[in-house]
Amino acid sequence: MLCQDCNKREASVHLTQIRNNEKIVLNLCKICAEKRGFHSPFEQMPFPLAEFVTGMVGPSKGKSQTKSDKGELQEKKCPGCCLTFSEFGRVGRLGCAKCYQAFRPELTDILRKIHGSADHRGKTVGQPSEDLQPIREEKRLREELKRAIESENFEAAARLRDEIRNLSIHQQLEDK
Amino acid sequence: MFEEMAHRPASWLTGNGPESYIVLSSRIRLARNITDFQFPPSADTDTREKIVDFISTAFNKAGLGNKGKFIGSDKITPIDQNFLVERHLISPEFMRDGTGRGLFIDNGERLSIMVNEEDHIRLQVISSGLSMPECWEYASQIDSEIAAKLEYAYDDKFGYLTSCPTNVGTGLRASILIHLPGLVLTREIDNVISRISKVGLVVRGFYGEGTDVMGNLFQISNQTTLGRSEEEIIDSLAKVTKQIIEYELNSQETLMKDAPDQIEDKVWRSYGILLHARVLTSGEVMNLLSALRLGVCLQLIDKVSLPKINELLIITQPAHIQKYYDREMDVTERDMTRAALVREKLGAGDKA
Repeated sequence: MLCQDCNKREASVHLTQIRNNEKIVLNLCKICAEKRGFHSPFEQMPFPLAEFVTGMVGPSKGKSQTKSDKGELQEKKCPGCCLTFSEFGRVGRLGCAKCYQAFRPELTDILRKIHGSADHRGKTVGQPSEDLQPIREEKRLREELKRAIESENFEAAARLRDEIRNLSIHQQLEDK
Repeated sequence: MFEEMAHRPASWLTGNGPESYIVLSSRIRLARNITDFQFPPSADTDTREKIVDFISTAFNKAGLGNKGKFIGSDKITPIDQNFLVERHLISPEFMRDGTGRGLFIDNGERLSIMVNEEDHIRLQVISSGLSMPECWEYASQIDSEIAAKLEYAYDDKFGYLTSCPTNVGTGLRASILIHLPGLVLTREIDNVISRISKVGLVVRGFYGEGTDVMGNLFQISNQTTLGRSEEEIIDSLAKVTKQIIEYELNSQETLMKDAPDQIEDKVWRSYGILLHARVLTSGEVMNLLSALRLGVCLQLIDKVSLPKINELLIITQPAHIQKYYDREMDVTERDMTRAALVREKLGAGDKA
């Protein structure tokens, strides 16, 4: 079996971890295992979640690559801090806030795996969560409605339209 | 620095919060980052120093200057670092590479804020007993005051953005420090821990992530931060905690039914050693104090109060001993000094 990081050397370090009821198997060569910090248990200790994250990123796949002008495959890179997706996979930490935009589809998957959801439902900047809950709900429903119309699922679209209408009626009543 | 702190217990040690016979403290931690700066793990020292300047200015504008003091990491000596870790004011990770960081501590040690740990801002509120909603309310209030003075990295879908994806969303880690001697003695603890992990909570050691369990003290906190509101996260932790308290009390009842003499002996024997020993390691003190705490909880002993035990738990830690006497000591001297300090504190009853 080849190392999942470099895809060149034979994998000699096999790690199995279970977090959140999900099994993560890492098959690495000695050099890549050391790169991930598995050579020293002490070094690794303060970051027990890092390898959990890196285990999920795995080797870079098709969607984390973009085509350059010349048509060659290039790895996606954050415009803010120049972090590449495979570098993130190695360290398990993002470089800056813009990384969340640069790797949005990949991170959506990862967040869903870690948290079971990729949608924030808590406090928003400067405002308590409950005030914004209906607004967020309406936004979510409108997005769903858009998708339903695009996919010509008119039955669902009609239901969503009613839900949105109900929500805004509710809101108006509460405001009064 | 911090010498005066070594002589007074932090407010969360008062033992007057709800359920404080079992729950020592409740803690809320919020992870926040600001836009336009790299996250601390990938920022160089120069950038980190700029971030510290920027954030400490914002803290002052938000009125934090009147509540406590801001300390640059260059002023924190290695022994101070350990002291602050022992006091649960900073994480062991905070000082791994000591430059370009900062720390805010309020006067009652209820609020502390690490700047440039894993995230630009790690705000923590800690209080006595099981008092999660109060902690959250205060943390959220301070958080909003800071948010008004700078721009947080925030995404409409993902919520608060953090350096590690495991903290994204609310950035909230709610945790309780809980004393479970009954469950340990009846060997039910592994069962309880495995049940806790199934409901999305994590059990950690005394000083948090990656640390050991000492003195039958466990830290329980939420695992995930995204997809639920802060209130929901806190509520589920509080519910599980109440359940664990019930399990613990049941175990204590079982122990008193099946082996009352042995338990009573264990409590008084521990008290005897604490009162008379000449050499005590910090690990031994933790275990003896745990037995004493159990004795107080079971009303087997009334010679010592809960706040006193809580205080001893912290001031007998290695860096605290040295801060308390304001001099560096090797392990042997520390163990002797620790025994003397415990004798003094317990011998003088609750007055010392």
